[in-house]
Amino acid sequence: MKKPLKFRLPKGQCWTIGVPYFWLLLFFALPFAIVLKISFSTAAISIPPYESLFNYADESLQILLNIGNYLLIFDDSLYIYAYLGSLKMACVTTLGCLLIGYPMAYAIARAPKQQQTLLILLVMLPSWTSFLIRVYAWMGILSNNGLINNLLLWLGVISEPIQMLNTNFAVYIGIIYSYLPFMILPLYATLSQLDGSLLEAASDLGSRSMNTFWKITLPLSKGGVIAGSMLVFIPVVGEFVIPELLGGPDSLMIGKVLWQEFFNNRDWPVASALAIVMLGLLIIPITLFHRYQSRSMEKDA
Amino acid sequence: MSSLKDKLSFSTIMLWAGMFFLYVPMFILIFYSFNESKLVTVWGGFSAKWYGELFRDQQILDAVWTSLRVAFFASSMAVILGTMAAFVMTRFSRSWGKMTLSSMITAPLVMPEVITGLSLLLLFVHMADTFGWPAERGMFTVWLAHSTFCAAYVAVVVSARLRELDQSIEEAAQDLGATPFKTFFYITVPMISPSLMAGWLLSFSLSLDDLVIASFTSGPGATTLPMVVFSSVRMGVSPKINALATLIILTVSLIAFISWYFARRSDKKSLPPAM
Repeated sequence: MKKPLKFRLPKGQCWTIGVPYFWLLLFFALPFAIVLKISFSTAAISIPPYESLFNYADESLQILLNIGNYLLIFDDSLYIYAYLGSLKMACVTTLGCLLIGYPMAYAIARAPKQQQTLLILLVMLPSWTSFLIRVYAWMGILSNNGLINNLLLWLGVISEPIQMLNTNFAVYIGIIYSYLPFMILPLYATLSQLDGSLLEAASDLGSRSMNTFWKITLPLSKGGVIAGSMLVFIPVVGEFVIPELLGGPDSLMIGKVLWQEFFNNRDWPVASALAIVMLGLLIIPITLFHRYQSRSMEKDA
Repeated sequence: MSSLKDKLSFSTIMLWAGMFFLYVPMFILIFYSFNESKLVTVWGGFSAKWYGELFRDQQILDAVWTSLRVAFFASSMAVILGTMAAFVMTRFSRSWGKMTLSSMITAPLVMPEVITGLSLLLLFVHMADTFGWPAERGMFTVWLAHSTFCAAYVAVVVSARLRELDQSIEEAAQDLGATPFKTFFYITVPMISPSLMAGWLLSFSLSLDDLVIASFTSGPGATTLPMVVFSSVRMGVSPKINALATLIILTVSLIAFISWYFARRSDKKSLPPAM
């Protein structure tokens, strides 16, 4: 497929497409092939800590595929619970971000044009500062001698601090807090493109505003809802920092388990197999996002 | 019409409640960075001593310097790669190469970081095994990793600008005999320079902020700032980190508002005075 392309394209175009193409093949596509390969190998105490998949012995190439890593994942309830925990966490937080983010995006899109840029800037600003520090802020607020507990104790609502840090509750808060801007931005992008005359027409024809919202505004902003939800859902499934800092022993998430397999147990093959299964789970949301993204990025004349 | 008003006010209330939710934790963080007491959540009087401690912490200062260098070079590379990819996506005719490129370039946008980090580390280990290069992981490998995922963001930002650009100007330049190369650097680049700058700044902040991918791809020699902050935060809250957080928040806000101000001023200039 590469050859005819080169003949058709002039030299300059060939370079323009070739450089990023080569870079992405090397640093994006190839690494996934390697992860797939290592997920089929056996862990060993060596450097690097796995056995080679291909052996050349007795004048024949031996390929040793070890599916033991996958069997282990589907056999051990720890991994199953971690996957389920991640998916549940991602569903709940995506919904939470949508419920908070949609009205916010709607209000921004309806604001006077002059204010819109400033409001979007205010929404995005926290996400340009450090992610880690935003999660850290919640540690101080939610801990046993933190702000909320101190306030409630002082008001006399509770007699002893409520355990909030190191629970799933803290993880929910932390994820919604960190990912909210990524939900609002694509929603705002579609809502601000919405043709106001459609809404006027609906209301002239006697449609109630709730009805107009469900029949016109929401369907027309479907693209933004999908993009925003995927921008939250997909990274949250693999999230590591938030469950590690805000969660407790019961908040099992697959990103955390993968990290521990890799860094603490040094079991690279199992970590790779965990990553491959995670990708398998995410393949539908990722394709969904891609279809939307490439449709909006490639304008076909 | 009254019910429409009700809904409008509901979304406006949600907007302000949401803003409150987004900003209060950051203000609390800033407030407690001036706390005298070592216990972060107990107010012990005003003091700036944690800022002094911060500037005496050599480990943090080294990490800041490492992070800034990585972020500078990674975002510069990301702008080059991302702009080329965006150009291919918006100006080239439909082909097999363009299709695969556009699906590869945006993939890192939604890839969980643990997967990107793990896959890149395994690549580097393999390369070192096979070619003996890169011999050890450090700033260079983090730079490669960051350039790749930041290029995705640049491609999105720049292609949005390229799409709304009036192509007839580029065509005019080529009709008048400019080579495609010359057209790009003399016509296209000046017109898209604001989004190049925006893409660069976005990449810079993403690279500065990244913990997971840097942890996977870095070696013993290069510790970035998020790695230092993470290992200290794992032990619990500390007023020194609050001071660091305050400085980061203030710097980012300042840069964001300056660029917003200039963007608004140039917008106003281009509008006719009647508006």
